[in-house]
Amino acid sequence: MELTPLLLSRIQFAFTISFHIIFPAFTIGLAAWLTFLEACHLFTGERIYRRLSDFWLKIFAVAFGLGVVSGIVMAFQFGTNWSELSRRTGPIQGPLLGYESFTAFALEAAFFGVLMFGRDRVPRWAYLGACLMVSLGTSLSAFWIMVNNSWMQYPTGFSLTPDGVFVPTDWSAIIFNQAVWTRFPHMIIAAYVTSAFCVAATGAWYMLRGTAVQEGRAMAVMGLRLAAILVPVQLGFGHLVGDFVHDKQPAKFAAIEGRWNDQQPASEILVAWPDSENERNLFEISVPYLGSVIGSMSLTSKELGIKSFAPQDRPPVAIPFFAFRIMVGCGLVMLALAWIGSWLSFSERLLKARLFLVATFLSFPLGFIATLTGWFTAEVGRQPWVVYGQLRTAEAATPFLTSQEVATTFALVAAVYALIFGFGVLYIYRLLRAGPIPAAALSLYGTNPKRPLSIPGASPGVSGAAKTGE
Amino acid sequence: MVEFWAFVLGISILLYILLDGFDLGVGMLFPFAPGEAERRRMLGSISPVWDGNETWLVVSAATLFGAFPAVFSIVLSAFYLPLFLMLAGLILRGVAFEFRYKATTSRPLWDAGFVVGSYVAAFVQGTAVGAIVQGLPIENGLYAGHALSWASPFSLFCGLGLCIGYALMGSCWIAGKSTGPLRDFSFRVLPALMAALLVFLVVVFIWSVEIRLQVLHRWIDRPALLVCPLLGLVAFAGLVLSVRRRNERFLFLCGATIFIAAFTTLAGSFLPYMLPFSMTIWQAASPPSSLSFLFWGAGLFVLPVTLAYTLIVYFVFRGKMTEEGEY
Repeated sequence: MELTPLLLSRIQFAFTISFHIIFPAFTIGLAAWLTFLEACHLFTGERIYRRLSDFWLKIFAVAFGLGVVSGIVMAFQFGTNWSELSRRTGPIQGPLLGYESFTAFALEAAFFGVLMFGRDRVPRWAYLGACLMVSLGTSLSAFWIMVNNSWMQYPTGFSLTPDGVFVPTDWSAIIFNQAVWTRFPHMIIAAYVTSAFCVAATGAWYMLRGTAVQEGRAMAVMGLRLAAILVPVQLGFGHLVGDFVHDKQPAKFAAIEGRWNDQQPASEILVAWPDSENERNLFEISVPYLGSVIGSMSLTSKELGIKSFAPQDRPPVAIPFFAFRIMVGCGLVMLALAWIGSWLSFSERLLKARLFLVATFLSFPLGFIATLTGWFTAEVGRQPWVVYGQLRTAEAATPFLTSQEVATTFALVAAVYALIFGFGVLYIYRLLRAGPIPAAALSLYGTNPKRPLSIPGASPGVSGAAKTGE
Repeated sequence: MVEFWAFVLGISILLYILLDGFDLGVGMLFPFAPGEAERRRMLGSISPVWDGNETWLVVSAATLFGAFPAVFSIVLSAFYLPLFLMLAGLILRGVAFEFRYKATTSRPLWDAGFVVGSYVAAFVQGTAVGAIVQGLPIENGLYAGHALSWASPFSLFCGLGLCIGYALMGSCWIAGKSTGPLRDFSFRVLPALMAALLVFLVVVFIWSVEIRLQVLHRWIDRPALLVCPLLGLVAFAGLVLSVRRRNERFLFLCGATIFIAAFTTLAGSFLPYMLPFSMTIWQAASPPSSLSFLFWGAGLFVLPVTLAYTLIVYFVFRGKMTEEGEY
């Protein structure tokens, strides 16, 4: 494969956005989790909720900081590597992404300060309100991103000028786009489930180690029970998203299904190795009729195969095919864990079920993997279009870039990300390992609300170094 | 509506230059500080505000993309390599504030990131201004150059100039915020920086005449613009006086006024062009439906809130630092 500037730009974008999505996926859920803990604390008065909230706030702060930093590069890449995309779709994508950054800065940053430094300075109900606002801010950010991405998947409410610029004619058609209302909940619940499993896995870890068992049990129980409700809902929304893809993006649907030829009735492929060269599957195991049932809720419907589309309009098959199956697989494993765990949690058996706790501990990456592979399915499946059916990815790139230039910036970005995220992840690990400590003096000295990484006492091992001036 | 967004863009860029300008300047002076205690105080003087300052870069970029996508796509792609360098610099610089104090053995690494990041960001911004003043190659509303078209001796010289300017503002800021050895340090470097800035301005003017920059015609067409350089001159005189009297009261105000004068001179001579002299603000603007959509939320609510937020932060952290420093 030749490394064209286009391919390198795509890899670079995929790299930065994959790196970035990990942190929002975590913080959207954690913000809601903190709000929930604060509400529990306010209404029941139990100290354990306060301890949990203080503990997770520190993790939230680091993840939030890394999310902000990695997001800035995203915004600039639209102009640097995809100048034609930003020139032509700017009148629509510009305001949408503008709203995203404006909302993020206005809501999140302002109330984040209260979260970090306001614990003892504002009344408890106001603190809960601040949690709620941060949670709302992160969800609104996600909403604008999903509106923007859904418009790229299913462009509506625009007209084209002679030089190919997209002019918005109907903002409500753009925002209340049919795709948004299944994809946005799908993303939000993905974030909640991801965080729920991180919380549950951390709890299981403490229970296995025998440290902070009370807190650990509370985390595991709350995380698993929440997931027990959310994962089935998520599967339902996933199905709705699938229906949308089936109706509006048939080529993507065929790629996800790994279906090369039209079939009537269609079977559902469970396992296969797509062989793009010869346009067929190797080692295929499939269930007859199920493909028609999933696609059209009938036993006899005809389902389109990828060969029905002109070669230049076909997405790659292997990535959506595998990514989709990994996503669904992770979802099913999480469903099993959540249900078994919730069932165990109603008695004292959870503490003794070491095998289950080990499985739960190991499950922390599942939500991230499912989120990432879900995005791979959606974005790679959209190819060769950047704006589905309207603008090809190849036409969207900056026309004059050379491979060397893109490779240079890619190497630079990768090196910087590796450095700071290596440090950041190490830092989160240290915090998790240290576990919840009896409410640290969080507001001994407040400095700046917008500096999540500077939260006092957030650095086990070297904390206090700055204060003593060593 | 187009005028409104052009005004918002101008204000946010100016705020970015003024605010991030001084904290980048502090980063550039950082390695020359007398000792670790002074360095700590230098960081302390900007730590409550630096990231709020950088917010204005994001506001500028978001406004540019939302309201003037044509310019967004041209400028960002034209400055492809330097822009990534700047982003890398700003990221390294940002994390250095925190990691420096958490690190046990890697402090020199984060310090280096902080200093280099500051220089790179300032230099790239100055170079971009120089290249835009000189005029980017644009045909039919599309960028017609290649990835290194921005790099001319003139633009690189402008990059150097902005480094000097930012360092000047940085030392004015430190002088106003500190006492003792750190204050002495800033008064020691100020005369040299002022002389360097003066030399830069003279050279850049002669150079502009020499390469017949189109922008010079504007100054002949619009004599009213002369008010701006005159204002700058007054501010410079104020700077000289303050330094001679070792009075830091109006120091930062004078430094900032020089920048305001320079910015309004440039903006005044470009208008109505956004990219001189190939694209006007009307050619660059999004269609009215986009601009009004942006106005009813972002323009009416978010911008005033962000402005108020900035003012509050500066109000809370006003005055000299305490002996302990902010950290």
